[in-house]
Amino acid sequence: MIAVPIVGQVPDLPWAGHARYTWNFTQRFGVRSEKGILNLMAPIPLRIDSVVKRFGELTAVAGISLDVQDRMCLGLLGPNGAGKSTLIRSIAGRIRLDSGSIQVFGQPANSAAARAELGWAPQELALYPLLTGRENLEAFGQYQGLRGKALRGAIQWCLEWAALTDRADTTVKSLSGGMRRRLNMAAGLIHRPRLVLLDEPTVGVDPQARNRIFEMVEALRNEGTTVIYTTHYMEEAERLCDRIAIVDHGRVIALGSKEELVARAFGGRSDVLMRFASTVQNGAEWAASRGGTVEEGVGHFSVEQPVEIAGLLDAAARDGLEVIDVTLRRPNLESVFLQLTGRGLRQ
Amino acid sequence: MIAVIVRTGFKALRRDRGAFLLAFILPIAFFSIFAVVMGGMGSSSTARVSVLVVDEDGSAVSGRLVRGLRREPSLAAATRPATKKGQPVPPDYTAASAEAAVKQGVAPAALIIPKGFGANPVAFGPGTGRKPIRILHDSSDPVAAQVVAGLLQKVVMTSLPDTMAGEGMKYFDQASGGLTPRQRQDMESNLSKFRDQMERRDQEGSAPAADGSNNAGGMVAVDMRDVVGENKRSPMVAFSAAGIGVMFLLFTASASAGSLLNEAECGALDRILSARVGMTTLLAGKMTYCTLLAFLQLTLMFLWGAAVFHLELFTHLPGFLAMTAATSFAVASFGMLLATVSRTRGQQAAISTLLILTMSAIGGSMFPRFLMPEAMKTAGLFTFNAWAIDGYTKVFWRDEPVSHLAPQVAVLIGSGMVLFLIARRFARKWEYA
Repeated sequence: MIAVPIVGQVPDLPWAGHARYTWNFTQRFGVRSEKGILNLMAPIPLRIDSVVKRFGELTAVAGISLDVQDRMCLGLLGPNGAGKSTLIRSIAGRIRLDSGSIQVFGQPANSAAARAELGWAPQELALYPLLTGRENLEAFGQYQGLRGKALRGAIQWCLEWAALTDRADTTVKSLSGGMRRRLNMAAGLIHRPRLVLLDEPTVGVDPQARNRIFEMVEALRNEGTTVIYTTHYMEEAERLCDRIAIVDHGRVIALGSKEELVARAFGGRSDVLMRFASTVQNGAEWAASRGGTVEEGVGHFSVEQPVEIAGLLDAAARDGLEVIDVTLRRPNLESVFLQLTGRGLRQ
Repeated sequence: MIAVIVRTGFKALRRDRGAFLLAFILPIAFFSIFAVVMGGMGSSSTARVSVLVVDEDGSAVSGRLVRGLRREPSLAAATRPATKKGQPVPPDYTAASAEAAVKQGVAPAALIIPKGFGANPVAFGPGTGRKPIRILHDSSDPVAAQVVAGLLQKVVMTSLPDTMAGEGMKYFDQASGGLTPRQRQDMESNLSKFRDQMERRDQEGSAPAADGSNNAGGMVAVDMRDVVGENKRSPMVAFSAAGIGVMFLLFTASASAGSLLNEAECGALDRILSARVGMTTLLAGKMTYCTLLAFLQLTLMFLWGAAVFHLELFTHLPGFLAMTAATSFAVASFGMLLATVSRTRGQQAAISTLLILTMSAIGGSMFPRFLMPEAMKTAGLFTFNAWAIDGYTKVFWRDEPVSHLAPQVAVLIGSGMVLFLIARRFARKWEYA
């Protein structure tokens, strides 16, 4: 055992239980650095080891292994049915694995210790529709063992974090879709867990409400919370996540930062997007003959150098294809997914 | 186009098992229950009226009457309590023990043949110093006393024909005095009085057996007395409150427990179980909520009965509390079981409607169990309704002490615990996917 003397005070957190845990742990294993407490022997927030889960004939998760480091935001990016939600539910201890293991801060995922460290906002609106926002938070806080002053403090924090203070006493069924989503997230974080699972938190909300949710996630990250964020919107993963795991057919087919993934898939190449006129009939065949694809009337090509665009335009003119717009851009996660699977994220 | 609409409707109905159940199974189930209760399964299954018979006279005439009563197929006449296995034969009922037995609900009526009955058993008119046969009855079963009184007259006619003939000759001698004009005039005069009396009774529309007065106009004089409900202010309210209350309690418990299915469908159950709450704790919490809700519902119903229908609630509080707690626990467990067995809320609603209405029909919530054939009375014992109604009857009707509620409370609590354990077993489907 490493015994390191502690310098500093007990953090002044409103949640006494959490503070006590942190303090005791730090007393035994930690040191305080300029950026906060560093736990030298602390287990990583999440370790997923060769997890397999089948539902009858369907293999929802086919041997996923992942490590998630402290304070990281990991994006699970993949189309509907890729296995993201099954993996999230497995981490939350709600699924019996066929094989493999999941550890949350070194504890089995379905253990009480792991559940205390874990917050989960499921994809569904898992709320009591006839209760107010405050009453929902109160109930879920009590389910997490919070009482009295700690509970009141947690509710206040959640309402402020979700920007719902002025609607706290409105019943859930009377809230807008975006507000319900925010409350759904807050209810999962009422006990201030160190690891948070957000399962497609922006499903069915308008762009303005989505931005508000992004701000909430960013606030969490700024506090040092480790976040697992599932989505099939690549722009969300790009904006919020340090590392991204691209999931397809129950497997992680690529893992890394956005830049790493793009570089691995495309090297220094760039995307050329070429919009054809509506009169063009054979755009797909023409694009395929030049190593490209066509989606919704837009040809996607990969070029090493921007000057190659001129060659593409010349060829299109020669073959009688009317091009009305051309864009050069660095490949994004959508391009990576397309490159890896041959289909779009939202197909 | 209409054909498409019809076809679509039938396709949807075929796949909606709940609606299918309600559309076809429930009506057939109810039809069968009502048909059995009304005797549709043959006369052999018609309910016999239990009557306790006490022969204080001990004469040859009274002995023949007792034997006639025991032979009567519509009566189940007993002169002594049933012998228990390995126990000595119990003594015959006395007037006091028969009255106590009626008060305890052993039988709805007791028939006491008084000392001296054999000397002057029947008469074709009022008066004449006959000793009336006493019928002690429990007016919670208003049919039984009437049936016993009517069948008594029938049994006298069939079992004592010589006595009737002798009495007829005596009456003839007394009334006519031979065939002299004066005697003929007297006889006509007496017969006229007798007819007048019969007509007067018919015009008053009061059946002597029902109003409790002396049945002096019959061949056998009968004195009827309600030994259970004579001092009750509003005798039937407790039955209604218990019967209807339990039926609606079952519906409420089913709906409340169904919130589990709502929570499962919206994901709240997953979230709760991913917190510090285990499935057993969750079910126990739901069960407690359903029990308290049922308790409040029954209490409100009985308070209303006390305020509006003069139900004697406050003089029976201990028994009421014991029965209400046990009944609430039992119906809550029933709701929990239904919620955990069902896969969807729709399925749960269909199953609960079918089961609750059936249980209420055979358990006595819709019509009294004393009207039912023996087989159905026995089937009723498999319902919470029957045990609850029996318990409330003991409390409010028979004024029995709380200790006498032990069988009802034990059955309700015991079966509630068993149902809860089964529900816990079924709830495993929600613990992990």
